[in-house]
Amino acid sequence: MILLRLTARSLWHRRSTALLTLLTIGVSVMLLLGVEKVRTETRNSFANTLSGTDLIVGARSGQIQLLLYSIFRMGDATSNISWQSYELVKNHKNVAWTVPISVGDSHRGYRVLGTTEGYFDHYRYGNRHPLSFDDGRRFESLYDVVLGAEVAKKLGYTLGSRIVVAHGIGNASFSKHDDKPFRVVGILNRTGTPVDRTVHLSLQALEAIHIDWKAGVKIPGQAVSAEEAAAKELKPKQITAFLVGMKSKVATFHLQRSINNYRKEPMLAILPGVALQQLWDMVGIAEKALMLVSAIVVMAGLVGMLTVILTSLNERRRELAILRSVGARAWQILLLLTLESALLTVLGVGLGIILLYAGIGLSQSFLETQVGVFVPLTALNVYQWKLLGLVVVCGTLVGLIPGYRAYRYSVADGLTIRI
Amino acid sequence: MQAAIALEKLEFGWAKDQPLLNIESLTVMRGERLFLQGASGSGKSTLLNLIGGVLEPNAGAIHLMDVSLQALSKTQRDAFRADHIGFVFQMFNLLPYLNVLENVTLPCGFSTTRRDKAVLRDGSVDDSARRLLDHLELGGALLRRPVTDLSMGQQQRVAVARALIGSPEILIADEPTSALDVGNRDRFLQLLVQECEAEETTLMFVSHDPTLHDHFDRVVDLHGLNRSGGDA
Ligand SMILES: Nc1ncnc2c1ncn2[C@@H]1O[C@H](COP(=O)(O)OP(=O)(O)OP(=O)(O)O)[C@@H](O)[C@H]1O
Ligand SMILES: [Mg+2]
Repeated sequence: MILLRLTARSLWHRRSTALLTLLTIGVSVMLLLGVEKVRTETRNSFANTLSGTDLIVGARSGQIQLLLYSIFRMGDATSNISWQSYELVKNHKNVAWTVPISVGDSHRGYRVLGTTEGYFDHYRYGNRHPLSFDDGRRFESLYDVVLGAEVAKKLGYTLGSRIVVAHGIGNASFSKHDDKPFRVVGILNRTGTPVDRTVHLSLQALEAIHIDWKAGVKIPGQAVSAEEAAAKELKPKQITAFLVGMKSKVATFHLQRSINNYRKEPMLAILPGVALQQLWDMVGIAEKALMLVSAIVVMAGLVGMLTVILTSLNERRRELAILRSVGARAWQILLLLTLESALLTVLGVGLGIILLYAGIGLSQSFLETQVGVFVPLTALNVYQWKLLGLVVVCGTLVGLIPGYRAYRYSVADGLTIRI
Repeated sequence: MQAAIALEKLEFGWAKDQPLLNIESLTVMRGERLFLQGASGSGKSTLLNLIGGVLEPNAGAIHLMDVSLQALSKTQRDAFRADHIGFVFQMFNLLPYLNVLENVTLPCGFSTTRRDKAVLRDGSVDDSARRLLDHLELGGALLRRPVTDLSMGQQQRVAVARALIGSPEILIADEPTSALDVGNRDRFLQLLVQECEAEETTLMFVSHDPTLHDHFDRVVDLHGLNRSGGDA
């Protein structure tokens, strides 16, 4: 088609400005796609954080708060639940398994999680993936720890490394349980979930390191050595939360109701899927805002293109009269200018895709290690293609503005070449 | 002989109460070469726009090859112009982003009639362009050159080749020589006339330069023709 050829040649002739326009659109499209891709990946990794667990039970608080401190290792538990209540649920006839969780200490910024061996049997993420060991084994003796992949990698720990747990959370905790050092006995494989950022030890170990503590401080003059502590009977009195797997899914709601209505202790049982969705909806607002911003950046790119084309139009009035004199219809002039925007947008989108993949390729490891989001080099999904289609449609519609202007010019000028 | 251009009781004014053109009748025969002269601002270019079908007269009729322009829609007039009329203007007639050959073949992209005629005559559009350029003493290495490299006289000859490709019945030239020096001007006219003769093209040539009269069959002064008397 002659019009497309003319547009292409004309753009090539003005390639320095065209290239800048292209770059503007390309970068904005890259941003849009990038945000959208990171969004998709975060949502996926979010939804994949926990699977196979039917209920999460903790002290009565908010559903999201419970989810955050039990699964995402964020925030604080307002209160604990008693071991008795835990045992009660654990021994319920419809319950297949339970995994208790105790949080509250940390190691160099990473949360420490006290649990039982059942954690390694029952914790599932993604498509019901069990946890697996990169190196070593589960904790067996009292002062053993198992590290998440990121903890080991970032802090440079290997099997046999000695670590000390700090009391409380937060990086700069002064009170350390340095009288009872731990030994790394296992390192988990990467999961892409908060497990990677967790230091796991047994509930008994948590009891041991707190044996000579009360209300957050060491009891003066009552130091108990590591060996002495190990010799004692360590029975946890409280835990922060626990995960429940049901024998039959049908009984889940019934159990949830009974836990929530339990008189002796205020407890909350939540369905992980529902809570994850609710949490995502909250986080999603920020994501949507980010999308909106990148959509506006794309718009700005298109407006930039509009400015460039409109500015060039005055110099090109002669060109339009020439085209009319060699037989171009007035509507073809409109089409010519619209085509120019469309072509620039399509090329810009193409450039944006290239920049996106180049960008992901270059920043993949940074994103994974620093932000904790693994963005794979996968093909664009249907939604992302639709988004790009929308950009092209917008670019073409924007092109109607110079198109119409040119049409007016060429109707007014006719065959008279004005300089 | 058949009329190529026939104007009758043609009236036109840019503003309602200011008539610019009022022409009782003007007929240009097929193959005739007409020289139209008139002072600056007398409405020569306006008349060419009327004949080109870009402007519509307030009253009267324009027939081209016995087709009434008033009977055609805007788009049909555009198509008719593309098929039957070639144009050459004062200067800078060419698209800077196309090379010489591409500029010449441009009308064939907008008119299948002219493309078919060119192909029928020379085998291909490019060959037709080459023949015309050759006749106009432009050839060889020039064909692929950007038009901005050409001298003004060369550019005007490229414009003539473009106006003639696909053998349109009418060639309209609006002061095509005003940017050329005297020597170039005569050579240009010789070549133009020679090609029009060979192609049996009706030539309507607008200029204020009376020294060019010799090349034409007939000289018409717009002042004598126009009862509105232009802007005078
Ligand atoms: N688009 C327009 N809108 C309004 N008035 C116009 C327009 N084009 C031309 N005119 C007016 O019409 C008159 C005739 O202009 P035209 O260009 O036809 O003159 P011309 O004979 O070709 O002059 P020249 O020899 O200088 O080219 C002038 O007074 C001009 O101002
Ligand atoms: Mg004029």
